[in-house]
Amino acid sequence: MSDLRYSKDHEYLALDGDVATLGISDYAQAQLGDIVFIELPEVGKKVGKGKEIAVIESVKAASEVYSPVSGEVIEVNSELGETPALVNDDPLGRGWLVKLRISDPGECASLMDEPAYSSFLKTL
Amino acid sequence: MTETDVAIHAPALAKLPLDALHRRLGARMAPFAGYDMPLQYEAGIVAETLHTRRAASLFDVSHMGQAILAGAGVARALESLTPADLVALARERTRYTQLLNESGGILDDLLVTRLPGVEERLLLVINAARKQADFALIAAALPRFDFNPLDRALLALQGPRAAAVLGALLPGAEDLAFMGWRAFDFGGAPLFVSRSGYTGEDGFELSVRAEHAEDLAQLLLAHEDVAPAGLGARDALRLEAGLPLYGHDLDETTDPVEAGLGWSIGKRRRAEGGFPGDARIRQGLEQGPARLRVGLLPRSKAPLREGAELYASETLVGHVTSGGFSPTLQRPIAMGYVAIKYAHVGATLSATLRDKRIEVDMAALPFVPHRYFKTPIGKDAR
Repeated sequence: MSDLRYSKDHEYLALDGDVATLGISDYAQAQLGDIVFIELPEVGKKVGKGKEIAVIESVKAASEVYSPVSGEVIEVNSELGETPALVNDDPLGRGWLVKLRISDPGECASLMDEPAYSSFLKTL
Repeated sequence: MTETDVAIHAPALAKLPLDALHRRLGARMAPFAGYDMPLQYEAGIVAETLHTRRAASLFDVSHMGQAILAGAGVARALESLTPADLVALARERTRYTQLLNESGGILDDLLVTRLPGVEERLLLVINAARKQADFALIAAALPRFDFNPLDRALLALQGPRAAAVLGALLPGAEDLAFMGWRAFDFGGAPLFVSRSGYTGEDGFELSVRAEHAEDLAQLLLAHEDVAPAGLGARDALRLEAGLPLYGHDLDETTDPVEAGLGWSIGKRRRAEGGFPGDARIRQGLEQGPARLRVGLLPRSKAPLREGAELYASETLVGHVTSGGFSPTLQRPIAMGYVAIKYAHVGATLSATLRDKRIEVDMAALPFVPHRYFKTPIGKDAR
């Protein structure tokens, strides 16, 4: 069972050792509405904490996804090329975006666990 | 993540008569032109768009401005601000036109209906964001006429099933001609029905007293063919139908000719002039405008958005004014202005999309054919 952490920008990280699966929360996908295209990074790309890692296009608007931690992209979800709506249908499962090898596990400390994120959503 | 295109919730948003109904229907509300408006319902923008093309959707467009301008000679007087032939506008007929500034730029686009009766009265429907400016302009330019903004709700019932649905509720509505208008009785008060809309489909706009708006909406939504649709679907539908949106595809720097709205300029008005910017507009009609609004089909899966620059080789030749994803065509579509020398349907430009260059084919508008009501031959076309 992986350890799920959330950012205030509604990204999640599912942590498994030094590998993190990054996606957007169910709240975020509902806010975006129908997702029609996702621009994913190249495998091997190094991203800094807080830097853009993907762009999600809904019918209405383009939204940037930021990486809550530093790391290197080791895999991207190639299913999203044909079926971007997986992010709407199953954001925490088949709608994941990117797998990262985390360079500084300490950066995860500032992220919220699920109860904290649920409380955070109630403040919005 | 951050949404680059979503406005911050402004304080003191005005609520409209159907606010409670929208929330009961599960609408996601968003600020638009100072009003809290339904962006989408639970079905979502794609499903709401497809439902409109397949059956019928009910939109709340009560944020739009409605007003009656009255007095002998008012049609001719309003011609001093617009290029439409309003003098020839028959009773119970509606015409699309624009308010223009002195250089022919578009201050707003609007619908004008000549109301029935002996007195000369025009019903105006204008854009929400332009309400204050339009009202001030009209009051200043036409001071000797009675000008009365209306506090009525405005609903749009749009789609191929709209006529059958409305005809069952208001017998005779299904026989109205395209751009025809009639007042019906609803709850003991007049309900204004115009066979018009902004989706490219057959449909109606229904102007109703605020206190009757929810009853009317509930009656229409009770029909199995009707589902609620929000402003997101309305924007997708009008983009598919190639219809320009004020503040995006039309503004004070665009004139009706380059916007592809020359059809709305009356023949008599072309000959006589007498409207703001008539010199520029007549020159545009005769010699062609400097630039033209065109349809754009990006050869990318990612939508092109408003503001993207358009290039022919390395020359900047235009920009995108509306862009998104077409639920009906399942591909990105856009429209924008291109310098006339480069504006050819079928020719290819390139656009900047984030750090990439993508090819964009120019296309005829509309992207999805209009299906407005055509009066059957032999029927009275009113």
